[in-house]
Amino acid sequence: MTAQPIGDALQAAARYRRLLWRRTWLVAGLALLLVLAVLGDLASGASGMGLAQLLHGVFDPTSLSATERVIIWNVRLPYALMAVLVGAALSLAGAEMQAILDNPLASPFTLGVSSSAALGASLAIAYPLGVVWLAPSVQVPLMAFVFACLSVLLLQAMSRLRGAGVQSLVLFGIALVFSCNALVSLLQMLATEDVLQQLVFWTLGSLARANWDSLTLLAIVLAAVLPFSLRAAPAMTLLRMGEDRARSFGVDTRRLRRASLLRISLLAATAVAFVGTIGFIGLVGPHIARLLVGEDQRFLLPASALVGALLLALSSVASKLILPGMIVPVGIVTALVGVPVFVALVFRRGRNL
Amino acid sequence: MSLSIDALYVAYGKRAVIQGLSLPPLPSGSLVALVGPNGAGKSTLLRALAGLEPMKGAVTLDGVDVTQLNFAERARRLSYMPQQLPPGIALGVLESIIVGLRVGGAEHPAALAFEALRQLGIEHLAERGLDALSGGQKQLVALAQLLARNPQVLLLDEPTSALDLHYQLRVMDAVRQRVQAQRLLAIAVLHDINLAASHADTLVMLDRGRVVACGTPEDVLRPALLAEVYGVQARVERCSHGRLQVLVDRAVLHPKGAA
Repeated sequence: MTAQPIGDALQAAARYRRLLWRRTWLVAGLALLLVLAVLGDLASGASGMGLAQLLHGVFDPTSLSATERVIIWNVRLPYALMAVLVGAALSLAGAEMQAILDNPLASPFTLGVSSSAALGASLAIAYPLGVVWLAPSVQVPLMAFVFACLSVLLLQAMSRLRGAGVQSLVLFGIALVFSCNALVSLLQMLATEDVLQQLVFWTLGSLARANWDSLTLLAIVLAAVLPFSLRAAPAMTLLRMGEDRARSFGVDTRRLRRASLLRISLLAATAVAFVGTIGFIGLVGPHIARLLVGEDQRFLLPASALVGALLLALSSVASKLILPGMIVPVGIVTALVGVPVFVALVFRRGRNL
Repeated sequence: MSLSIDALYVAYGKRAVIQGLSLPPLPSGSLVALVGPNGAGKSTLLRALAGLEPMKGAVTLDGVDVTQLNFAERARRLSYMPQQLPPGIALGVLESIIVGLRVGGAEHPAALAFEALRQLGIEHLAERGLDALSGGQKQLVALAQLLARNPQVLLLDEPTSALDLHYQLRVMDAVRQRVQAQRLLAIAVLHDINLAASHADTLVMLDRGRVVACGTPEDVLRPALLAEVYGVQARVERCSHGRLQVLVDRAVLHPKGAA
């Protein structure tokens, strides 16, 4: 190489480093926005307790009355943290699904993972097992988890079939959504009034089921999965340029897929098991993140998790403000915002095909 | 360095696509074109060499049977380029090359990636998005992704399909130039028989999973063989520049009664 090309190459390398820095700052910016959104979420609620009073109560619990303690520790904090963790888990699962299934419409919701979980939970609510050591409150999330995992295994089997293309996988996911919803409706029809109310409430998707046990479990799952996601990120970026290309670059795509599907099941199933069906976060989160930081999964995966958390935190705020004095189930809010984005994505994809 | 293929066998399920294919050693510094009608097994052969299809037989590179190597090591020596980069990928040109290098554990990936672009004369595209490129530019970037990893053998699956005349020549000229400059071996599936004749040192003509001819373009491109394999009546003539040209006059009934 002569002097000039070396200079050009160094400049190109420097510009690339700057690009990476810009993305790092964007991810940091998202984290900051998330903190602000969570503070906003904490500050809003029917009791009218302000942020200052709330933070004071968190750091000095002795100063609180019993009611205030319940509001802070049993309502505001678990709701807000649940929104963050569920949003992050669903969106990270969505980002990984979109990468390994090579499909921009993939998400736990659109491919039927959430509906399967809802079916599992509904079965557990309508026909609880009379087992002493397994309380009904444990049975419901457990069945949701088992069914979500089953649906991911089913999707994996589908995607492996020779000749099953990208479109057929989405169609299969839609079929799964309809089948599960039909079965849930059947359960609702057969249910007594009391059970029916529980069923409807569960399928709506709400943060109201948040408690410290479920929060801890979800946090552990997220913390355990994220490092493995990040380690697989470069290989997943290559996979986005096509299966054969990734394999010809020495990536064992089958092992990559298997590991990723395991992470997706854990994330989606745990999230859905505790809060029910919250749609579109897993679809929209990764797309917004992609617009911000591009396809490099080292940035896209954490950015997706942050955007998902941010979206659900904001939805949580909205769910408290839409009807004064009442918390609308957050799944309704995300669906209202998510559907137009989903339709826009379908049309954009249509142009590319 | 040379690549030998001995008794290669590939099957999809029970249907044998390539049956006991052997080739004389293919030397480095040469461009080999795989030609033949649709379904002859050209792409399958290429994918089998790349380790993308399960196969039996021996593929020897410099005395090493590459089928015994692990996946990543084999991919480092024999680099496969699929037909097209898919649309809708939010990656820049330079970083799309860096990603591949990083997975391979290269040091200074940005500088290597830029050098690969420069060798192909497309360094001005470094910061463009992949989606903003034309089909031909994308194909040159895909080639740069391969070259940056410094492989010994390039396996190119229809590198010029869907490209306009300008980029068909640019891609093939670039391949030819890098093959000679870096003493690589390139094996390319080519549909355009005249492009194969003008750029390849060796033509391998396949039909129904078997080699029907192998040699220089002059040896392989004979009217009788073209009639038998492609089912066309053709003349093989030299143009005013002395280059070999296949002029197809008409389709004839397939002698084997396939059509």
